Amino acid sequence: MKVPKTPCILALFIVCTLATAQDIASFEKRITVKKLDNGLTVIILERPEAPVFSFYTHVDAGSVQDPLGETGLAHMMEHMAFKGTDRIGTKNYAAEKVALEKVETAYAAYNTERHKRVGGDEQKVKDLEKPWQDAIQEAQQYVIPNQFGEIIEKNGGEGLNAFTDDDETGYHYSMPANRFELWAYLESERFLHPVMREFYKERNVVIEERRMRVDSNPLGRLLEQFTSEAFAAHPYHRPTVGWVSDLNTFSATDAEDFFRQYYVPSNMVLAVVGDIKAAEAVPIIEKYFGRLPSKPKPLEITTAEPPQNSVREVVLHDPSQPVYLEGYHRPDYMSKDDAVYDAIADVMSNGRTSRLYRSLVRDKKIAAASGGFSGLPGNKYPHLFAFYGVPLPGHTPQEMADGIHQEIERLKTQDVSDDELEMVKTRAKASLLRSLADNQGLAMHLGIEMVRYGDWRELFYEVDRIDKVTKADIRRVANQTFVPINRTVGIIETNKPAASPGGAQ
Amino acid sequence: MKNTLVGRYSLAAVLMFVFASSFAFGQAADWRQIPIPPLPAFQPVEPKRIELPNGMVIFLQEDHELPLIDGFARIRGGSREEPGAKTGLVDVYGEVWRTGGIKTQTGDQLDDFLEAHAAKVETGGGLDSTSIGLSCLKADFEDVFKVFLDLLRNPEFRPDKLEIAQKGMSDAISRRNDDINEIVGRESAKLGYGTQSPYARVAEYATVAAITRQDLINWHHDHVYPNNIILGLSGDFDPAAMEAKLRQAFGSWAKGPAFKKEEVPISPAKPGYYLVKKEDVNQSAIRMVELGTTRKNGDYYGIQTFNEAFGGGFASRLFSVIRSRLGLAYAVGGGVGTGWDHPGITRLGVGTKSQSTVESIQALYQQIDDLQPHPLTDEEIRRAKDSILNSFIFNFDTPEKVLREKMAYEFYGYPLDFLERYRAGIEKVTNEEVARIPAKYLHKNKMAVLVVGNDTEFDKPLSILGPVTPIDITIPAPPGEGEAKPAKPSNH
Repeated sequence: MKVPKTPCILALFIVCTLATAQDIASFEKRITVKKLDNGLTVIILERPEAPVFSFYTHVDAGSVQDPLGETGLAHMMEHMAFKGTDRIGTKNYAAEKVALEKVETAYAAYNTERHKRVGGDEQKVKDLEKPWQDAIQEAQQYVIPNQFGEIIEKNGGEGLNAFTDDDETGYHYSMPANRFELWAYLESERFLHPVMREFYKERNVVIEERRMRVDSNPLGRLLEQFTSEAFAAHPYHRPTVGWVSDLNTFSATDAEDFFRQYYVPSNMVLAVVGDIKAAEAVPIIEKYFGRLPSKPKPLEITTAEPPQNSVREVVLHDPSQPVYLEGYHRPDYMSKDDAVYDAIADVMSNGRTSRLYRSLVRDKKIAAASGGFSGLPGNKYPHLFAFYGVPLPGHTPQEMADGIHQEIERLKTQDVSDDELEMVKTRAKASLLRSLADNQGLAMHLGIEMVRYGDWRELFYEVDRIDKVTKADIRRVANQTFVPINRTVGIIETNKPAASPGGAQ
Repeated sequence: MKNTLVGRYSLAAVLMFVFASSFAFGQAADWRQIPIPPLPAFQPVEPKRIELPNGMVIFLQEDHELPLIDGFARIRGGSREEPGAKTGLVDVYGEVWRTGGIKTQTGDQLDDFLEAHAAKVETGGGLDSTSIGLSCLKADFEDVFKVFLDLLRNPEFRPDKLEIAQKGMSDAISRRNDDINEIVGRESAKLGYGTQSPYARVAEYATVAAITRQDLINWHHDHVYPNNIILGLSGDFDPAAMEAKLRQAFGSWAKGPAFKKEEVPISPAKPGYYLVKKEDVNQSAIRMVELGTTRKNGDYYGIQTFNEAFGGGFASRLFSVIRSRLGLAYAVGGGVGTGWDHPGITRLGVGTKSQSTVESIQALYQQIDDLQPHPLTDEEIRRAKDSILNSFIFNFDTPEKVLREKMAYEFYGYPLDFLERYRAGIEKVTNEEVARIPAKYLHKNKMAVLVVGNDTEFDKPLSILGPVTPIDITIPAPPGEGEAKPAKPSNH
């Protein structure tokens, strides 16, 4: 574990400014960090406000880790982690296992034939598709659908869900405190004995998710093309949900390979917050999660995005209303300037006092909304700081660009005011404070801090870093970052279809 | 408060029990072998209810975990009471109430002051009520409460902010046909309640343009008086001192007329098939709707149990069949709708690729039909009840949630112990009562089925299911503009 980079004196400052019950010292008393022998990092925060607890399991692999030709696989694996185990979700695992192997064999034969570049035979493809479908049917008879989720739900699980993004995969829900051991069993089993049952049906579910979020959603369409344009080398250019051809190709075997490589204790962090006592919880966690086999942490990806050195633009001629988006490459979250970017985002877009609101929405009256933010599409690797503008009827994306650039220019050439900088710092402290009374939110925050910094105290140090940001920092970083050859633009230009949306009567 | 909480349960003993028993079993091979001790008794802190002589109802909820104070006042009267020709009035009011400032300070000045303290005072408009909320550090409460009070008593509704709100509304109108899920939500509500019903109608350019500053002033004058307000405060304060402060702040405010709830017209569309064509999508958004009921209905507990088993979570029939077994959808679900004080909409919904549109409608029908030969099993009902009852603690695991629940009961005239009654109701509901729900509330032949999608790519024409009524969602042009409003932005 890494030694905190921030000197203790700053920690003391926090102690003074935050409430006594919720300062870093209070957390020190209530937090237990334990690294299991297999390499799994566990963090427990005791928060006995009500007899419930929440957890967050972080797997440090997201769509960036998708193998070539298998985009969407990390997200697919997340869906598969709800399909049960060798004991949950099956009527007869021994028979099901054999049936699932048959599915894979049949699929491999079908898949090879249908992707033949030379000598492909359509009839043969059809002939091979049938045994694959038959094998799926045969395996289905052993399935107890959604039993994993069912056990959690009938035991009072709340907010059962998971997410995948470019950087990571996360699993979370809350439970009544008397189900702690049951939870430990379920959450460890899901990563100890996952079974890739109903894989090819779930693949169709994921493709529907893609249709909903991307294909049939104008902003989804824009963001996918925008991000692909902005990154040439780094895997951030690929969509988390995956390209359709990849989704229609990868196999349960591929998902298992991904699982074996990345779902390993050294690559995972478990955070639990709520009405639990660490002294009693740790042995239970050791008992169940200690069973996960120890494996080396997977290699980091090393491809770095080269300097952009060009102006890039995607323009969608779309039936939907206009939107303007632009992004600038910035370093990853470990950058010494990370807090400066946070401060810039706050000054530019937090609330009705923000510069973009006051300029584009209030004064110029050209936008319905405008703002700026980091983290597109992730923040673990160098990524984009993005600005957007939503033009009011009768106004154009170009006016958004001009209005945003005017505010960027101001940021580069004039210092922000004392009041603005003070506001950023005050809000950072208050926003931390407001985040401390929520088990699920805390579990996710603490888990992420452990993964990203190796120290949960970063939850508090982040505020210190913002507190140190100066006016000169903001000008310097703005001048470094917001330059045309570092910019990618994404625009929706409205392209009215020939027929009226209502169609013929 | 924290001390009282700590005193009320004995977690240590509970977990030691878990610990000990798990060793007795060795490696738990099966989840069914893992012991579930009873959940420790937990009594959430109840807010104190105060009724001022002028009729204002106040709930005070102490919560000393963080040095923060949050407040929320709900005022009777909302968009269902606004005139149809000014649809959008309450939305605009909800924004300009705050942004338009107070007599002595503009909204911008309030923004500067509040943001400098990382505090919020915000207002909003809803279907049956408007609201004003505050959130601040305990140390700033005096100053922030003053703004809150001033906004309640002396709002100014400055015209420049009315203009911004109207522009924002017009922008939302112009964008409302961009996303199929927004379209299907809006249009299915119209089918369920009737196009012109206050529960479903939507603002148009003309109705927004018709809203004047005087309308906002009148709305405020007609609704914001103490006997029409329910105020809740939670956070790090001394309740006696807070009560004294609130009595002083509101005590001299004169009572207004008793609020009259108006009859809101509802006229559901004819059953049948409705189509909104959208050419730039490869997925259909489908909703089947009919009018539901209210929570005051004696069948409420049966309905909730049925909904959980039929269209609720991972284990529900709709999720397991339509999503997991057939792979037809990512989003699927539904159930009998229950409103607080008016009928909810019973709604089944699915999003599926254009090429499986008709197949998915038939699959949903199949699930309704299947309830006849295969009613919910005892096991399914048991599971649904377990799910509701075992997660029940999450209805009151934070003081804030308890406060919000009580305020809702007060607002809609439910007994303040409704949550307890709900638990008892779910516990008591019989399998027979649950089994009766679909026949009583889920009627294939009464449903309006709406599809928003690209009909040129459907698996079969929708018309094979029955006559199809197209819905024209073309946005009516703003007053004074031509027939067809150009969606293209004009160049400046």
